[in-house]
Parts: sequence; structure tokens; C-alpha cells
Amino acid sequence: MRILVTTLTAMITIAISTTAQAFCGFYVARADTSLFNRASQVVLVRDGDRTVITMANDFQGEVRDFAVVIPVPTFIERDQINVADNTLIEHLDAYTAPRLVEYHDGDPCVRYRQYEMMSSDSPAPAIKMGRQQAAQSLGVTIEASYTVGEYDILILSAEESDGLITWLTDNDYRIPKGAQRVVDSYLKQDMRFFVAKVNLKEQSRLGFANLRPLQVAYESNKFMLPIRLGTLNAQGKQELYIYALTRTGRVETTNYRTVKLPSNTELPEFVEAEFSDFYRDMFAKQTQKENERAVFLEYAWDMAWCDPCAADPLSADELRRLGVFWMGDQQQGRVAPGQAQNVFVTRLHVRYDREHFPEDLVFQETGERQNYQGRYVIRHPWKGETSCDATAYQAAVRERQEREAQMLANLTGWNIDDIRSKVPWMNGQAPEPAPTPWWKRIWQ
Amino acid sequence: MKVLKSLQDPRYYQVIVLSLLLSYGVLALDFGIHWQNAIAILLTAQLAQFVGTRAANLDRYDPLSALITSLSLTLLLRTDDIALAALAATIAVGSKFLIRARGKHIFNPANVALVALMLTSDNAWVSSGQWGSATLSAFALACLGFLVLTRAKRAETTIAFAAAFATLLVGRAMWLGDPLSIPLHQLQNGALLIFAFFMISDPKTSPNSGIGRTLYGALVAGVAFTIQFVFYEPNGPILALIMLAPTVPLIDRLFSGHLYRWEQPAAKPPAHIKGVT
Repeated sequence: MRILVTTLTAMITIAISTTAQAFCGFYVARADTSLFNRASQVVLVRDGDRTVITMANDFQGEVRDFAVVIPVPTFIERDQINVADNTLIEHLDAYTAPRLVEYHDGDPCVRYRQYEMMSSDSPAPAIKMGRQQAAQSLGVTIEASYTVGEYDILILSAEESDGLITWLTDNDYRIPKGAQRVVDSYLKQDMRFFVAKVNLKEQSRLGFANLRPLQVAYESNKFMLPIRLGTLNAQGKQELYIYALTRTGRVETTNYRTVKLPSNTELPEFVEAEFSDFYRDMFAKQTQKENERAVFLEYAWDMAWCDPCAADPLSADELRRLGVFWMGDQQQGRVAPGQAQNVFVTRLHVRYDREHFPEDLVFQETGERQNYQGRYVIRHPWKGETSCDATAYQAAVRERQEREAQMLANLTGWNIDDIRSKVPWMNGQAPEPAPTPWWKRIWQ
Repeated sequence: MKVLKSLQDPRYYQVIVLSLLLSYGVLALDFGIHWQNAIAILLTAQLAQFVGTRAANLDRYDPLSALITSLSLTLLLRTDDIALAALAATIAVGSKFLIRARGKHIFNPANVALVALMLTSDNAWVSSGQWGSATLSAFALACLGFLVLTRAKRAETTIAFAAAFATLLVGRAMWLGDPLSIPLHQLQNGALLIFAFFMISDPKTSPNSGIGRTLYGALVAGVAFTIQFVFYEPNGPILALIMLAPTVPLIDRLFSGHLYRWEQPAAKPPAHIKGVT
């Protein structure tokens, strides 16, 4: 009788981190600093008509040059704005990131086993009276101004967009061309504007080197993300990551196609060293395939667990700090690992520009709780001594390596010959190339 | 001759077009349609039609309309729960037999099932963005071709709805100062096309007279626009149709016309009509 020996596979996870550079609004830089607005990370916590939005950035440059204008659906009071920690979004990013996993083949002489793919606060310094009056004469109402953390926040509404634009220009903000039309459209849709710039004194007092994410909690029927202002001053396409945290299920866009990225595929071993390149090129290829008009799903999972974990699920405390307001409903204390947290996370990734994404993104929460993750697999062949005839195993590995090479070429558009030259073929021997059909030789 | 005559029934074309759309959605666009749900919908709808036919003492069992309802539901309804899928088919077909006025049913079967489930369950939804906008011109042509082929004489509802909805969207964009690419993008929506060509156009649940149908189409467009762009709720057209369906008997009283029969789409009405199909 053969004794089945199960080899434990070492499974490692490698998370790729995303780079985030901007908000969904547009940056307004003081003086002549070049505007930079290419990618952003947004966390949307939504249940009923309540939304908590967290916007993260890693603005590169002088913080005194940083300011951002964001349209918000309603009037916002001081208590509705908060400053969060960068670590929250970093953790969420790591937890939901597409992942590469690896398996090691066991000794084929003990048992050659196909591993199945698992599917698996300080009082606000009031704006000087003169400034306020000047603002009013332009038809701009500064509805409120606050200092929250290291930010000075101004909430504006304006009767006419040129008033708002003039006010921003007068206050040394650089406004991209065409902003007036978009601002005008948002004003007619009863949206308010929210301007945040860095209060240098507060920033040095608080001692934060990086700008922390801004959070806003509001109540509105609109489950959407305004992206139109951000497309105005963009140099080329922009990257946007949206993490939606909901009670019921997966979130999708209602006015653009939401597409799952290819996942659970086996790739050549060398991809381990080039995973970032692989993911970038795969994403670019899939974007092209969808005519640059799709929003991609990278992760959809119940927050209580993960498999494999690129990072631990967020704790109840972290979720609450991200704005998951229903967490408190359950219990005050921390939730034990593995316990249902009643939070479903959806990670969406979109590359957009004005031509392909003319409208703001509109979302809906669906009832789907089926888990999905961007998961890529590499499998290392057995390299140890073999005590039996392993020819069959070696042939199977070479076939698998060829399949993986084809898959990689397919997903990324990389040259198949380049890929083949990088594959560490079993026994240094590539599989026989498929014979050229006889008719191809006739008319050459 | 008999075969030719039966092919006059526009529902054959409808079954073909809906099946093509469904295959395209599943094979090319990777819709998240569970085949178990599709089968459950198909079988339950036929069963409900059979039971209804018996209970209402009708002359013959007609599987075609229930098949069309199944295809529409499979295309539009998304759920993880097979019981909800079967319930949708039961509500859809059952509503034809149970909710009637002036000799015809009031609600479009697929429409009433979608709304009933969306409003009462977190586990049923419509994915209106899933069609994308790349292949929509071909899609629109197919729908138009279908319209011309089958029921040009009853097309007022679709035309009035499409014209009014487009006018409202373009008007909104002009008022807001938005580029025209925005209303165009809003109109290039597969779910909207299915609604306009296969749901609101349903001759059995639209008004009998031409002027009535035009009025009805425009009203649905107005309410749909209000739901989507004033209240910012998704699925405006589907909700608008259910809200306005009860006005059809009223519109029929105001403007008289012919009751529709599937077998003779362009013919004069016979003296006596019996049957629920």
C-alpha cells in the first residue's frame, strides 16, 4: 500500500503596492509649480444614503504649493471633516492588492501531485473680513472655513462659476483651462466646493512629514465620485483606485462596464522578479481590450478573512477610523480574527481620461458576496534528487512551462520568444517547437 | 401556409434577438449569469404559464410569451440566490393572470418581477453598466431591425420614449453647459436599449391607440429622467414603467384603439378575443 505523503507547500505572498499621487479633484498649485495630478486612492464607505469618503495622496513637492478643490454633494460642517492616518489606506491597499503566490512541486518519486488552484482641532482662524467681503462681491460665499489637522479648509458655494474661478485665481490658485464649465455644471447640480490647503504652522506643530488623507462624512442619494475636474489638468491618463466598504455586497459602476481582471492564472517562475512589470503590462493590455472604457475589479471579499492573505484583514478599529459607521452597531470591543465583520470590500481600478470617461463615476451596491481576487500563481518544479525515473514528470513540467509562457504572452502582449528565453526549462531543454505545417513551406 | 402564418407572430423574432443578445453577453462580455438561475427561470415560468392556463380555463397553452419573459429576466436580473430567480419567474408570469384590467394585464411581466425583487431583497439587482458602449451601435441596429421587421405599427411607445429621454438628457446637458459627449454616453447603454425595445414596447401592456402609446412613452421617459437625475436613484426606466403602468387603462379610456393580438400584429381586431399570452 502506498502511503500518501502530503508535502506542505510553502506559500508566500508578494503584494504590489500602488502608487497614489493625487485626489479625484484637481490640484491647484500656488505660483508656477507645475501641476501634477495622475493617480489617486479613494475609500468610499457607503450604506443607505450615508457616505464617508477618504482621499489619500502622496503629493510630491513643496507642501506649501499643495491645495485641492473637491466638489461635494452637500454642505459640510466642521465635524464632518476629519484627517485620517496614511497607514489606514496603506493597510487597505496591501490587503486588497493583486497577489502573486508560489507553490513548490513535491518530489515526483514520492508523489507527483497536481496542486489545484484555489479559488478560491483647533478653532479655525477666521478669514480676514476684507477677504470675505471681496469674495461676496464676486458672488462667492465662503460658507465656512476651518482648520482640521494640518489643513485649512474652505467650503465655498458660488452663484456663478466665474465668481468662484475669479476668487481662486485672485487667491493665487492655478486653475486648469476649461474648469469654469465644469464648475458651473456642478454648481447647477447643487454641489458645494471644498478647498483644502496646507497650514504650514499646524503641519510643523503636528510634525507630520507627509500629508494625511482627508475624510468627509455626508448624507446624499448620490453614490458617485466626481472625476471631471481631475481630467482637466491631467497629463495623459490618470490612475484611480476606489476601495468601497459596504454592508451588503460588491460595488460596481452603473454608467461604465465593471470588468474582472483575469485571475488565478499560472505564470512562468521568472515573473516573481518582474511582478510589477507583469501587472502594469497586463493591466494596460486589458484596458486596451475593453477599449479604455472599463472599470476593473481587482478584489471583492468579505473583510473577515482572506486566502491567501497579502496582509491581515483590517481590524474593527481601523474600519471604524475609515468611517465604517455601522461597526459600532455590533459591539464596542474588537472583533476577533475570523469573525464576520459585516463589511464587504471592493477594490476598483480605473485608468481614465476625458475622452473615454466623459461622465462622473456612478456606483451601485449589488447583493453579490462572491469572493474574487487578483491572484497569480508560479509553480517551482522539483529540483532535488530523484530516486526513480522522472522522465514523465519532467516532460509534464516542460509542457506546463510552455503553457505558462503562452499565458504570459497572452495576458501582457510580451514577445513569446523573449519569454521563452527567460524560462528556466526543465533540464535546460525547451519543448520541441510545434512543427511548421507543410503548406507554409510551399510558397515561401 | 400554416408555417408562414405562424411566423407572422413577432414573438419568434423576439426570442431569436433576445437569445442572440444573451449569448453575446455570456460569451463575449462575461456577464455574471449563473446557468442554474437561467434554468430555474425558464422552467418556473413555463410551469406558472401552465398552471395559469389551466386555472383561467384558456383554450391552449402558449409557451412563447413565458419564454420571452424568461429571456428578459435572465438578461436583466442578477442574483446569487436560485430561489429568488424562480420567484421572479413566478411573479412575472403570475402577474399576467392575476393583475388585469379592461381585458389585458397591467404590468409587463419581467418588469414587475424585477421591481418587486429589487425593492424587497438586497440580493437582486440590475447591472445596467455591464453592456459597455463599444459594440452598442451594432446592438442598436439589431434592435431597430427587429422593430422594423415585426411591429412597426406599434412602435410609437419605443420611439416616443427614446425621443423624449434623449431630449431630456441633451436638454439637461445644455442647461448645465456639459459637452454633448455626456448625454451621448448616457444614451449608449445596453440596458436602456433592452428596456426601450423589449420592455416598454410590449404591445400587450401598452395603450391601444397610437396617440395613447406616444403619450405613454413620453410619460415613462419623464418619470425615468426624474428618478435618475433629480433623485439620483439607479434604474430609472424600470421603476418609471412600473409606476406608470396603472395609467394605461386610463389612457385607453381617453383614447380608444385596438386590443393587440400576437398572431395578427398588423390585422384589424377580431370581434372576440380570449386568451392570455
